[in-house]
Amino acid sequence: MLPGTRRGRRLDELAESTPTTTAGVSLAASAWRRLRRNPTFLVGAGIIAAFALLALVSPLLAAHDPALRLLEDQVSRADNRIPAPQPGFPLGGDQYGRPLLSRLLIGSQQTLLVALTATVLGLGGGLTLGILAGAFGGWVDTLVMRVVDVLLSVPSLLLAVSIGALFQQQSRFTVIIAVATVQIPVFGRLLRGTMLAQRASDHVLAARALGVPERSVVFRHMLPNALGPVVVQATLMLAVAIIDAAALSFLGLGSADTSTPEWGQMLGSAQDFFDTHPQLAFWPAGCIIVVALGFTLVGESLREALDPKKRR
Amino acid sequence: MLRYTVRRLGQLVIVTLVLSLLLFAWLRALPGGPVSALLGERATERSRAELVEQLGLNQPLYVQYWRFLGRAVTGDFGVSTGVQPGTPALEVFLQRMPATIELSVLALTIAVLVGIPLGYVAGRRQGGWLDNLSITWSLLGVAVPVFFLAFLLKYVFAIELGLLPASGRQEAGTNATHATGFYVLDGLLTREWDAAWNALLHLLLPAAALSTIPFAVIFRITRASVLDVLEEDYVRTARAKGLGAAVIRTRHVLRNAMLPVVTTVGLQTGALLSGAVLTEQVFNIAGIGQALSLGFQRQDYAVLQVVIMATAMVYVLVNLVVDLAYAVIDPRLRTR
Repeated sequence: MLPGTRRGRRLDELAESTPTTTAGVSLAASAWRRLRRNPTFLVGAGIIAAFALLALVSPLLAAHDPALRLLEDQVSRADNRIPAPQPGFPLGGDQYGRPLLSRLLIGSQQTLLVALTATVLGLGGGLTLGILAGAFGGWVDTLVMRVVDVLLSVPSLLLAVSIGALFQQQSRFTVIIAVATVQIPVFGRLLRGTMLAQRASDHVLAARALGVPERSVVFRHMLPNALGPVVVQATLMLAVAIIDAAALSFLGLGSADTSTPEWGQMLGSAQDFFDTHPQLAFWPAGCIIVVALGFTLVGESLREALDPKKRR
Repeated sequence: MLRYTVRRLGQLVIVTLVLSLLLFAWLRALPGGPVSALLGERATERSRAELVEQLGLNQPLYVQYWRFLGRAVTGDFGVSTGVQPGTPALEVFLQRMPATIELSVLALTIAVLVGIPLGYVAGRRQGGWLDNLSITWSLLGVAVPVFFLAFLLKYVFAIELGLLPASGRQEAGTNATHATGFYVLDGLLTREWDAAWNALLHLLLPAAALSTIPFAVIFRITRASVLDVLEEDYVRTARAKGLGAAVIRTRHVLRNAMLPVVTTVGLQTGALLSGAVLTEQVFNIAGIGQALSLGFQRQDYAVLQVVIMATAMVYVLVNLVVDLAYAVIDPRLRTR
């Protein structure tokens, strides 16, 4: 466009009249600005940071090997006795005479491992299904969504238990697989919805019109914009994974190996002692509740921060 | 409306078929396979051979699936091996169903009666103390494992304080007629008020534990929905027209805010059944949930089959009814 022409001048005027001071702020940047001042987010993030730190340094903090039955002589099946708190063992022992405090500390590692691996696997499976359904549409979409519908029609715990039962011998691995399987349809359904919304959007149409290859449209243009709700859901699912693992243990489908402690397993296996020795359940339950609350708080404040409607 | 109904029913049939296919595959993938699954580990060689013949396990897979489907349609899922040995699996399910329905209905009622009013009030007074308190409560409700909460309630109110019964569905030795299997309903129908009251008392603690997650979800959806509706133009218009506050609240805000809540209530069926498995175990209630956990412990796959199939069907049917009800309330949905 030539600067001297009438149209050129008008365009220049228009360009100047456009306020440059309110330069576009990306959704992520404005979300982060609001999150920094949100007490809900800060509390949740603090809990998660403390939990991750604990998992890292717990080998240094724990005074004893969590697998050793150091107080076995104080355990009695007959009169239902377990070791009481004593010097060197501030919380006493568990039903096998193993040090409860050391088990709680070290237990943070496996708990974090179960939550992270299960959610990453569930997310991976869900992303695959969601991308397939949302990017291609048509019969692929119908087929994938029918399977997802069926998996969602089985109550989540029932599905987890059914998957867990498929294995001859229960281990931490089978627990992770069972918990992850429940998450796959949830992530799949969610991502499909946001992908379909992206498919219909103008910027995707524009990319297609410019001749951007289909693969690039899906992975560079649709997927990044469809991920927001999935990230929020994944944060919430970390809490669900820890609680589901505990429920599996409670139903007798937890890991058969109890030497490496995990909070859900500790809580689930404390059920026989609840009436007589509630502390065996209280400590791991307390840890689970605090950590689950941390993930939930962060997830909920992320959801709020990423909601364009609340953007100011 | 008719076309919408027919289409949804068609989807229901497809979901059922896919589910039966998965269930068929699941039963064959279990450790030990269907013969051990249906007969138990200690079956004799002869009865194993008989079952292989009877189940047609020596025939091609598609023939096997067809026969499995045929038996399932007639309600023949085999005989219970571990939960109630010797009883047909379907009968085990039918006997135990009322206990779970009673428990779930009471839990859902608590969740709805507390969640909707609280969500409405919290949404109208956003940021107030009641809002903050109920949000904290709902977040905590999701973070506490259901079975631990059940244990906690049982420990405090039944064992320590002795206010409510700790287990079972009714006091042993209560003179009660059980016509329908729904103990509270039975008591009311036969005018045995004591029996009905006793059964209700037994339900209170487990239902309270079971209601926490549906409560949290219903509360938050109601609150968010009220917040959305309050910002709608038609509410502003109604105010500008000079309509009374009470009329705006009931006709404009409450009515429109309830739409998403209706769907959510339907979706809670799944959470209720998951939770029932755990609460029934804690309070020793002979319901479907207990049959499930027992079924897994004792590897009673005949019972597991029925329960999984039936709960999934219930879940899908409830959501079908909810969607149809929704289509009646909101005509825009019918054309989609």
